[in-house]
Amino acid sequence: MATKGKHRVAVVGIGQTKHDSARNDVSLAGLVREAASRALEDAGMTWSDIDAVVIGKAPDFFEGVMMPELYLAEALGATGKPMLRVHTAGSVGGSTAIVASSLVQGGIHERVLTVAFEKQSESEAMWALSLPIPFQPPLVAGAGGYFAPYIRSYMARSKAPSHIGSLVALKDRQNGLKNPYAHLHEPDITLESIQESMMLWDPIRYAETCPSSDGACAMVLVGEKTADAHSKQPAWVHGTAMRSEPGFFAGRDQVNPRGGQDCSSDVYKQAGITNPRKEIDCAEIYVPFSWFEPMWMENLHFADEGAGWKMTEEGATSMTGDLPVNCSGGVLCSNPIGASGMLRFAESAMQVRAQAGEHQVDGARLALGHAYGGASQFYSMWIVGADKP
Amino acid sequence: MAKIQALEGVEPVTMIDAPARLDYTFTAGRATSRFLKGLEKKKLLGERSAATGKVYIPPRGADPVAGVPTDEQVEVADCGTVTSFCVVNVKFYGQAMECPYVCALVLLDGADVAMFGLIQEMPYEDVHPGLRVEAVWVDDNELSTTLENIKYFRPTGQEDAPLETYKEHV
Repeated sequence: MATKGKHRVAVVGIGQTKHDSARNDVSLAGLVREAASRALEDAGMTWSDIDAVVIGKAPDFFEGVMMPELYLAEALGATGKPMLRVHTAGSVGGSTAIVASSLVQGGIHERVLTVAFEKQSESEAMWALSLPIPFQPPLVAGAGGYFAPYIRSYMARSKAPSHIGSLVALKDRQNGLKNPYAHLHEPDITLESIQESMMLWDPIRYAETCPSSDGACAMVLVGEKTADAHSKQPAWVHGTAMRSEPGFFAGRDQVNPRGGQDCSSDVYKQAGITNPRKEIDCAEIYVPFSWFEPMWMENLHFADEGAGWKMTEEGATSMTGDLPVNCSGGVLCSNPIGASGMLRFAESAMQVRAQAGEHQVDGARLALGHAYGGASQFYSMWIVGADKP
Repeated sequence: MAKIQALEGVEPVTMIDAPARLDYTFTAGRATSRFLKGLEKKKLLGERSAATGKVYIPPRGADPVAGVPTDEQVEVADCGTVTSFCVVNVKFYGQAMECPYVCALVLLDGADVAMFGLIQEMPYEDVHPGLRVEAVWVDDNELSTTLENIKYFRPTGQEDAPLETYKEHV
């Protein structure tokens, strides 16, 4: 249902780069232009059709280029047009798409190009995420070191068997084989090879961890009039929501954070969804470490608290399950950090547009895109559908 | 011309490492300054929120839930309970420790938020939630206004803390 006073929004163009450990063939500008050109081509548009550009990435000190949007404006055809930069840590790809959507929804612009990227080969994420805190010994080793104790808490609370994390990694890596843009293509991966891989941040194994990728993603979002005139199936935006919470406060539940619960309840309500497990056909969610799949299944109200791992174990989240999750291979196959959230949003839109190729879920009509960031404290989500809201 | 010919057959440079550094002056602020000055005397000074009754350490001067200043200083114990932990096997820039090591969330007695701390004097595979640990401080002549005054935490040998005492922290 379209909320009164809001204009309908649809995705009519989607593009992404081939993600890789090092895209030495392109600069930052070349990387974002590759994704944006493909989105325009998909939309049947040219640079001059675009009214405004919304861009997002992880914090600037990843690549060490301050305010890269200024120099990327030309590569994105944004000279003389409004350009907005979005900052919300790892959830930024999702929030960037939501800002673009809001500009159309509010009637400000009719055709908005949105882009998100990261070039991890030209940055040092481990360093960027382990900045020395004055007067404190350096102990916490990057994102994995930060999240590992909470994954351990999830395992203890839910009594999940220890192989669940490996099952998620196997599923997502096998899904990734069907996605030509995925960074990791590991045809020989097995449950055994995952379980034999090194414990990096015990209980997180190497093979249960996302790679470090170069990549970009772009979408063209338009108003109803433009979407109606479009020849291809659009993905209609049925709801968008963002929430954040402090990373540090007494009584904070970091396994099942309130921010994520509230964000998903909000986006389902906007989309008129009362039973998400039944009504949503597939989901692309942000799983940088495999154990986050069962954790987010609970946070997103697909499973009761403590039961998310059963969905993984029963195969409910596989391509043939009742709620296929991360058919693209997800963040476990490609992690260009700033783009990772937008890839989740874009892949969910690709599903309802029936353009996901080999990893298409048959008959997908309604899909969830999800991103999170920081200390599990920033959330952005959208619901897209094949039908008009 | 001679110079250009000399470059024939040389791999073109497409990428260079350019390390950047940023030096800055850090102003700790009221609450953190009191905390750091306490550390110099081997005291762990947290702050209690009048609104929620919760004790924050290290204090940031405000209660993030109620959005009010935390004015009451509270000394918390230098011993506590491991609520969860990670065995770190990854090397990173600036790392002081040999891998593997245990980075644990330690809930100090009297505090309502856990702090990250290093666990030593126990094989890493024996560390578990509920483990009672105590701070091992540097020698008195090395004390300074830094959390590095605590070299690490070690097991106290006490019985494990019951889950009820730290349940809301896991």
